[in-house]
Amino acid sequence: MDITTLRIAATIISFIVFVGILIWVWRNRNTSDFKEAANLPFKED
Amino acid sequence: MQDLKTQAITYEDGVIRQFSIMAVVWGVFGMLMGVIIASQLVWPELNLGLPWTSFGRLRPLHTNAVIFAFGGCTLFATSYYVVQRTCQTKLFMPKLASFTFWGWQLVIVAAAISLPLGYTQGKEYAELEWPIDILIAIVWVSYAIVFFGTIGTRKVKHIYVANWFFGAFILTVALLHIVNSAAIPAGFMKSYSAYAGVQDAMVQWWYGHNAVGFFLTAGFLGIMYYFVPKQAERPVYSYSLSIVHFWALIFTYMWAGPHHLHYTALPDWTQSLGMAFSLILLAPSWGGMINGMMTMSGAWHKLRTDPILRFLIVSLSFYGMSTFEGPMMAIKTVNSLSHYTDWTVGHVHSGALGWVGLVSMGALYYMVPRLFGQKQMYSIKAIELHFWLATIGIVLYISSLWISGVMEGLMWRAINTDGTLTYTFVESVKAKHPYYMIRALGGLLYLSGMTIMLWNVLKTASSGKAAVVNIPAVTAHA
Repeated sequence: MDITTLRIAATIISFIVFVGILIWVWRNRNTSDFKEAANLPFKED
Repeated sequence: MQDLKTQAITYEDGVIRQFSIMAVVWGVFGMLMGVIIASQLVWPELNLGLPWTSFGRLRPLHTNAVIFAFGGCTLFATSYYVVQRTCQTKLFMPKLASFTFWGWQLVIVAAAISLPLGYTQGKEYAELEWPIDILIAIVWVSYAIVFFGTIGTRKVKHIYVANWFFGAFILTVALLHIVNSAAIPAGFMKSYSAYAGVQDAMVQWWYGHNAVGFFLTAGFLGIMYYFVPKQAERPVYSYSLSIVHFWALIFTYMWAGPHHLHYTALPDWTQSLGMAFSLILLAPSWGGMINGMMTMSGAWHKLRTDPILRFLIVSLSFYGMSTFEGPMMAIKTVNSLSHYTDWTVGHVHSGALGWVGLVSMGALYYMVPRLFGQKQMYSIKAIELHFWLATIGIVLYISSLWISGVMEGLMWRAINTDGTLTYTFVESVKAKHPYYMIRALGGLLYLSGMTIMLWNVLKTASSGKAAVVNIPAVTAHA
């Protein structure tokens, strides 16, 4: 496998990972996990 | 159990106090350098006829001082502040954190001495010679150990989004600095780049644009994601959006560097690729801007009474403006007009003075009284005054350079019917003179605001005392 094929593969894998992140965020958008994380700055005081 | 928790553990704030004070001090210094070189462009005799005070040597001193000394100290201070408070734990290896402070100050002093003496690698924003580069790398790796160590020892389940941005900034800057500074030493303060020709140019602007993207954007978005919610007293508008635009930013920024090399020896396809990714960057950039702005919904009235919030929100508007302008200027046809003109300088300063500067000042105004056991800054009126001086200064600065930049771009490309140039170069220089005066005035206003801030910060610090803040026993609730 030459370097160009590797670069193409890395680009495509990155894109798939990003789409995966989008799907993951969309499915978790209303979970308490996100709410809990968003409120972390207010836990200190 | 409860006793044990409340008795002992306090936040490691000493290093944050040091970085916060020095951020303001270096801010005044760096902006003063800026006003001096802006004045030299209006009155060239101000270079005093000396090599050490010439424009070519003071200009890198200005950029290094405002980006790495003012911006850098602000990022160290805020990231150490935020990571402890959102992880509910004290800094990992406090002695190493203290080393990052003294090491970073040594880097700045070394820059302030070596740049006027003429030592430079000739790479924009990476001018410092190899011995200083090595020191930067050591300090930066220590910073990474302290920051990620603190995240690793956190007492809460989640890693707050601000820490993702700070983390990305720290990792990427390490990578950028080490790759771009690779050089072959040819003496104590002399070296040659490890890369040659157009590769060297591409590595430099891969570094340069990502320094903008990660040092001046991701890091300061980390600041935004903590201090805007805190000062507005409501959680961030959309946590989902923050995750999506974080990853979009990470996956996109790395590719945008070639737009600094349009119409050069860089292969044409690389230029087009850089342009395409620069255009895509508008989306993640505005994602962050919108998320910050919408956090204000239902709290807009606070802007009337709270000058600190005003700093933070106006900085977001400048962020939105400059991240719209940037992609537009990366379009090759627009770039053929804007490149090498004052428009670029105006664009950079709308981001630097407007976004980076104002968000830093807002965050520092938030932190300083809390770090010194005070309820608020020594003078709220002075914050108010600072805000207006800074805002008017920015508007004068960027609008004058827009006009002078577009004007000189048009003058350079104007041709007569016989194909000869309509204007000589010196005619375009002469035409810019009045705009350079307005720019220098804008810079002077911005500097005077910063000087008032220094007075206000020193007054707050000297009328208070180092505050010892306990870490809340959050695990007790779990």
